[in-house]
Amino acid sequence: MTRQEIIDELKKVLTPYTEDKTLLAGINEQTNMIKDLKINSANMVDIIIDAESKYDIEIDFDSAEKMVIVGSCIDVIMDKMNAKK
Amino acid sequence: MVITGLGVVSPNGANIPDFLRSLQNGVSGIQFVPEYEKLKFFCQVAGMPRFEWEELRNYISDVSFNGLKAIGIGYGVKAAMDAWTDAGNEIYNDEPRTETGCVFGNSVGDSVVIKNVIERVDAGEAKKLGSRVVEQFMNSGVTAYISGRLGLGNRVLTNSSACATGTQAILMGYEYIKHGMAKRMLVGSTEHVDSYIFGTFDSMRILSRKFNHHPEQASRPMSATACGFVPGSGAGAMVIEDLEYALQRNATIYAEIKGGASNSGGQRSGGTMTAPSPGGVVTCIREALKNSGTSAGAVDLVCGHLTATGADATEIQNWSDALDRKGDDFPMINSLKSMIGHCLSAAGSIESVAAVLQIVHQFVHPNINLEDPQPEILELTGRDKIPVKQVKKEINNVAKANFGFGDINTCLLFSKYNINQ
Repeated sequence: MTRQEIIDELKKVLTPYTEDKTLLAGINEQTNMIKDLKINSANMVDIIIDAESKYDIEIDFDSAEKMVIVGSCIDVIMDKMNAKK
Repeated sequence: MVITGLGVVSPNGANIPDFLRSLQNGVSGIQFVPEYEKLKFFCQVAGMPRFEWEELRNYISDVSFNGLKAIGIGYGVKAAMDAWTDAGNEIYNDEPRTETGCVFGNSVGDSVVIKNVIERVDAGEAKKLGSRVVEQFMNSGVTAYISGRLGLGNRVLTNSSACATGTQAILMGYEYIKHGMAKRMLVGSTEHVDSYIFGTFDSMRILSRKFNHHPEQASRPMSATACGFVPGSGAGAMVIEDLEYALQRNATIYAEIKGGASNSGGQRSGGTMTAPSPGGVVTCIREALKNSGTSAGAVDLVCGHLTATGADATEIQNWSDALDRKGDDFPMINSLKSMIGHCLSAAGSIESVAAVLQIVHQFVHPNINLEDPQPEILELTGRDKIPVKQVKKEINNVAKANFGFGDINTCLLFSKYNINQ
């Protein structure tokens, strides 16, 4: 799975938590989920739970803390998927 | 102090125009619930609002809507927002509205949400619950949703006093404005009776069980063939405000709220966990009259608690004692529960909305299913005072009371607003 494929899927995961859907159009690896997409920080845990079930992985506390920008989310998801192999 | 906005989600009307039409025509909102037959409940009928869940998208943000499962919160949000916009206000505001607060009540957090928590936690999956559960599990969830959406910045609190919850919420809002702490309060209550809550009442053998195949006849307050109450769901809300504040912003004024009282019989002298002490009820009604400056003789209409249990006759006796009126002198009296059942924590707010509508449109709504009143009730009221058809009549003062488990009473006085006073 490529980084771009993960971004495209992540966009779908983030949609229900993003009030202003137009912000999702310009999403890239540098996009900060709380600052740029205005996602409520409490909802980050829901995004993590959604990602866990989507990729059948477990995201621990330390990894979750790294998930601030889209690029770091991809890093964590790819790490966890590779660890499964 | 005046009422400037009304909102309702009732089993017989999920908006004010539909609700008003149902009130005037005696339309029942009680239905047979096939699931209750499967669950082997004694009572298999309930008052359920015809509520389109998707409609909530017009009331709350998309993000908020996506994770919302608690139906009682949905009812409360709709009734409260409808009351708010009915009072001529915009929903969204950038700054907190510091002059306005909220008292909204309910019985329990959503039990289907709670069931999900119990199942997840027991399965060792607590980490999958996510961030949206606490806000729907907590009793103050409905108040938090309402005040957050509207940016209410004054006192925001959630009350719970069983069947007296709704009237008590309105009284608390009134008292808060009266003491000069807020200009305006959004008040009301909500209840969603799901099968778990229903089951707990069914087990007490206090629900109507003989009319499962005639749901519209199942709720029969004051009737000789009454055999228990019918649980109902819904929400009621109103905006109450300082008269000056309402006049300044050119608000439409529906009625005056003159005051009220709330007390407890202390579960003494005939009062128990489940039955009000007659002395407590009489004191509460008399205090409400005194606090609102209304003479007992000036009460045109009593909107009773009257659930369709053995307590109805006692309640009528209590009204008669408190007002010192009987026979031809007895005020008109009705029970909305004949049409919608007993909406528990939401009863007081939905019934108060009905009380205000009867003042605005100058009528007394019918008591349906009252072809056969209990003789001891008739003795006190006479036949004309418990009408089975709508009565057009001058209504200046309405006394509205509810009595809840825990021996808690609340009585409110609503009056016609006269511009030239």
